[in-house]
Amino acid sequence: MLWRDNVKLGENSFMDTTPQTAEIILKASNIKKSFSGVVALDGVDLEIKKGEIHCLAGENGCGKSTLIKIISGVYGMDSGKIELNGHTYHKISPIDSIRNGVQVIYQDFSLFPNLSVMENLAYNTELAQKRTFVNWKRLRKIAEEAIRMIDFNIDLDQKVELLSIANRQQIAICRALINDAKLIIMDEPTTALTKKEVQNLFRIIKLLQVKGISILFVSHKIEEVFEISERLTILRNGKNVLACSTSEIDNQDFSYYMTGKKFEMSCYDPTIDYSATPILKVNNLSLKNGFNDISFSLYRGEILGITGLLGSGRTELALSLFGICPADSGSIELNGTDVKITSVFDAIQNGIGYVPDDRLTEGLFLDQAISDNIIVSNLENLSNKIGILDNKKRIAAIKEWLEKLSIKTSDPRDNVQTLSGGNQQRVVLSKWMSRNTAILILNGPTIGVDIGSKNEIHTILRSLAEKGVGILIISDDLPEILTTCNRILIMKHGNLMGRLKSSDISEMELARECISN
Amino acid sequence: MGKKRLGHEFYVFLAIVSLSLIIQARSGQFFTLNNIVDLMVSFIVPAIFAMCELIVIISGGMDVSFPAVASLSMFATTKILLSMDYTGNVFFAFLLSGSFGLIMGAINGALISIFNLPALIVTLGTQSIFMGILQGALNAQEIAEIPKVMFDFGNAKLFVAINPLNGLKSNMSSSILILFAVVIITYVFLHFTMWGRGVYAIGGDSNSAIRAGFKVKQIKFSIYCFVGIVAGIAGMTRVCMMQNCQPNNLIGMEMTVIAAVVLGGTSVKGGSGTIIGALLGTFLLTIISNSLLLLSIPTYWQSFFTGLIIIIGTGVTSFQLILSSHRLPSMRKSKNEA
Repeated sequence: MLWRDNVKLGENSFMDTTPQTAEIILKASNIKKSFSGVVALDGVDLEIKKGEIHCLAGENGCGKSTLIKIISGVYGMDSGKIELNGHTYHKISPIDSIRNGVQVIYQDFSLFPNLSVMENLAYNTELAQKRTFVNWKRLRKIAEEAIRMIDFNIDLDQKVELLSIANRQQIAICRALINDAKLIIMDEPTTALTKKEVQNLFRIIKLLQVKGISILFVSHKIEEVFEISERLTILRNGKNVLACSTSEIDNQDFSYYMTGKKFEMSCYDPTIDYSATPILKVNNLSLKNGFNDISFSLYRGEILGITGLLGSGRTELALSLFGICPADSGSIELNGTDVKITSVFDAIQNGIGYVPDDRLTEGLFLDQAISDNIIVSNLENLSNKIGILDNKKRIAAIKEWLEKLSIKTSDPRDNVQTLSGGNQQRVVLSKWMSRNTAILILNGPTIGVDIGSKNEIHTILRSLAEKGVGILIISDDLPEILTTCNRILIMKHGNLMGRLKSSDISEMELARECISN
Repeated sequence: MGKKRLGHEFYVFLAIVSLSLIIQARSGQFFTLNNIVDLMVSFIVPAIFAMCELIVIISGGMDVSFPAVASLSMFATTKILLSMDYTGNVFFAFLLSGSFGLIMGAINGALISIFNLPALIVTLGTQSIFMGILQGALNAQEIAEIPKVMFDFGNAKLFVAINPLNGLKSNMSSSILILFAVVIITYVFLHFTMWGRGVYAIGGDSNSAIRAGFKVKQIKFSIYCFVGIVAGIAGMTRVCMMQNCQPNNLIGMEMTVIAAVVLGGTSVKGGSGTIIGALLGTFLLTIISNSLLLLSIPTYWQSFFTGLIIIIGTGVTSFQLILSSHRLPSMRKSKNEA
């Protein structure tokens, strides 16, 4: 608890001594948990009052998920105690947790995509009551009651797989409510939501608060934490860093506590020769239902950012340049020569690489070793004429990339899943860098990556740009765009709405530009 | 409100109607009562199998051993009843055959639910084992003379259809009542019990099913037991209807039954499927195997046409999937926003 002492916390210190006007529904004390010797939680405390909106914040790997799984009974704690509704537990099972009104809404919602909304809402209750026979009228009644709780208008007979993520989340919330929830824990609930859907979620959370239900909101998104929560607890490396009400600290303190480091937000402003032939020139590129009449140029040494709200067409543009969804019309020029990109193979042959936003499912082979993931795109250069891999070359290549990108691992033969998000992203990058791509398109390059790795990845990208690799970054992380890119394109509804230099605009103005029109 | 899109079942029904009309046009013999009765009689055993396989596939599993289970059960039962000169009620024959089937189904169920082994692999293995026992240990040969009670049951008919033109007689076998019973039981299980909804839930997402409180292991185990019992009964039905016991007769049927069920709109990845669809799919394949003769198409072309229909039928679904995956992510987002 080092940082606490350096900051004026006012009267509400970590060990809250102000009179408790509201009852405490959850009090976790000194929770310790290790997995095969690796400490995940080192004496963590958490206290939530009735009807409180509480945020649990921290970077990836700080222990938030572990703490939640312990509270919900999925993992057992090594030591510590949990007080729920006045009962004290040293060992808590999932049933105990549910019986005390704890409901967790995981990121995958645990719904049945092939069944109707009505069935998804009603089955937990039916099973809890040990029903053998199905009475469809009764199911419908249960479901109607559930959706009424949050004014959710949805067709109960609709199959869940056809619904948007936001709607599925609301179904998960309704289901939690009819199980008589007192504390609803939401794990990173806003990851896949549009800004409008996030606002709707917040409306629902406030409604739940009125009903006396507490919400534990796990997040690392600063703006949301400050918008919705009343109190927050920050964890770092399995330890408590801070617990206070949100009114007591500001954005900058928050990042500081989350990461323990102060970072300089420097701007990328290289000198570019705009008279030379651009590395990439896109002319009137269009794709039905994706984007319309997009034209831009990328010059040597630049890092171009493309941003816009969800649905603006920015991802579709990237997929098009990489050959996954080839454009219907328009042309692409690489170093002045026209190229046709109709497949991923074309893109790669022309030296275009793509780092996807979902690195876990699209960027890495999760079951394979770190070493294999690094060299997988470069196998032709590491094998001899008849296609057999040259072991010496292979080992040298792996060593080279581990060093160049400072990928922290004790053994490159370990499974790539053992790496942290930041290191995993570096593996994805090394894959393309080993191919000496001419153009690298990155979609949300630092999503789920800790701030330390974020900076290092940005440094790597800058050095690539200096060497002459064309870098295109697609992101909705505005601070990332502003610090990494020197020029920014704004897309809205598939059209290119704005072109700016990042040194000319602030984050607030950029956000406004994205939303306006 | 959710639109009710024209389901798979409709297209299969359309195919059945079209094929029937073509055959009727060529031969004038399709829509005769006698032909329809013949079709229904050929339809009985495959349809019973289709009901079992439907439940298995909805749950996300796969069972290729049911013809072997049926064969072994029917042969063992017939042999036993012959050796004891059985003259009691034929019901006992079905009970015995179903019990043998239950034992074999339970073996499948245990391996799949308790040890979590992949269903396809397990049933491929048990299929071989059961056939091995049948042909090897029991040294199965065709039994031409079956116990009289079974023979009589096979002959029992609900009514006789006579073709006015050529005087051909077709008996509507009473065994169709067994099919009705199996269909009704399957329907009740799938639609009116939590067990049945559990089958769909497991097929949709077995992890969510566990978290919701479904007894997944028990449900999976009982599915394969059900298949075993019903396969045993189907085998016995077959022996009675054919009036002899041919141990190898049912082999290979697993492929056409699975194809029929998938043709009817059941997804191989599980979670969806209807009884009507499975029955329609089976009926379509039955028409092909029975009525090509009416088109003067030699019977050795049957496999060709069966295969063609299977590829076209299942290909249509895959094609639709490919089309939808080429649409962009922003379009794939639901149009049914609340």
